[in-house]
Amino acid sequence: MHTHHKSYQPYVSPFDPCKPMIEKTYSTPPHLYIGFQPPNLPQFTPMEALRAGTLWKAFYDPWYGPYEKKNWGVPS
Amino acid sequence: MWIYEKKLQYPVRVSTCNPMLAKFLIEQYGGADGELAAALRYLNQRYTIPDKVIGLLTDIGTEEFAHLEMIATMVYKLTKDATPEQMKAAGLGAHYANHEKALYYENAGGVPWTATYIQAKGDPIADLYEDIAAEEKARATYQWIINMSDDPDINDSLRFLREREIIHAQRFREAVEILKEEQGRKKIF
Repeated sequence: MHTHHKSYQPYVSPFDPCKPMIEKTYSTPPHLYIGFQPPNLPQFTPMEALRAGTLWKAFYDPWYGPYEKKNWGVPS
Repeated sequence: MWIYEKKLQYPVRVSTCNPMLAKFLIEQYGGADGELAAALRYLNQRYTIPDKVIGLLTDIGTEEFAHLEMIATMVYKLTKDATPEQMKAAGLGAHYANHEKALYYENAGGVPWTATYIQAKGDPIADLYEDIAAEEKARATYQWIINMSDDPDINDSLRFLREREIIHAQRFREAVEILKEEQGRKKIF
């Protein structure tokens, strides 16, 4: 399954001083996979695009922090 | 020549007085991968790059100034009513001693901006690869700031800025493809 987040499990030592984070994730946004933008991609409406930061749905990849609810009022 | 439009590219609202968040945000103001470095890097490189991609550097470099203005607005709002005590508690005591509430081109650690953050190599591929790297690093910086911020209004604006970094990286990658003059898959416009 294609996602915009990848993860890996770093080695956990019995002597680690902090509580281990079993899984580490990193961002792999959509533009890494698209190459030269093909014609006729689906678009947001102008109002949605102004909020999203892009006209193109294929490039939309919002980032949310751990302290916030996802997707409040943002085009999905 | 520029024309100035007296409004922000995207609205900036701030929910809480939080000078510590301002300290982190200043990384995107005067840091190595910040908006000032980006704007100056692109607008300077464009003189010695093939004609086909000059316009891209002009457009993106100009937009970076619009982003700089948004960051400035955030930092200003987050600190303007903070007391000296609050500034100190937020780790901005040294900043206060030197600049009071004034904005300054420095990174989150208080190191002043320097031109050594940017390069103009004169080699189009080398310069565009630096530009791509700069956009990806700025994208990552926005991620880490969003991760530390609990201000939903600020995060909304930061998410917009991060999305713009993605689009800029995409366009720089396309510029490389144009300069490679790769045959066959070129479907322009």
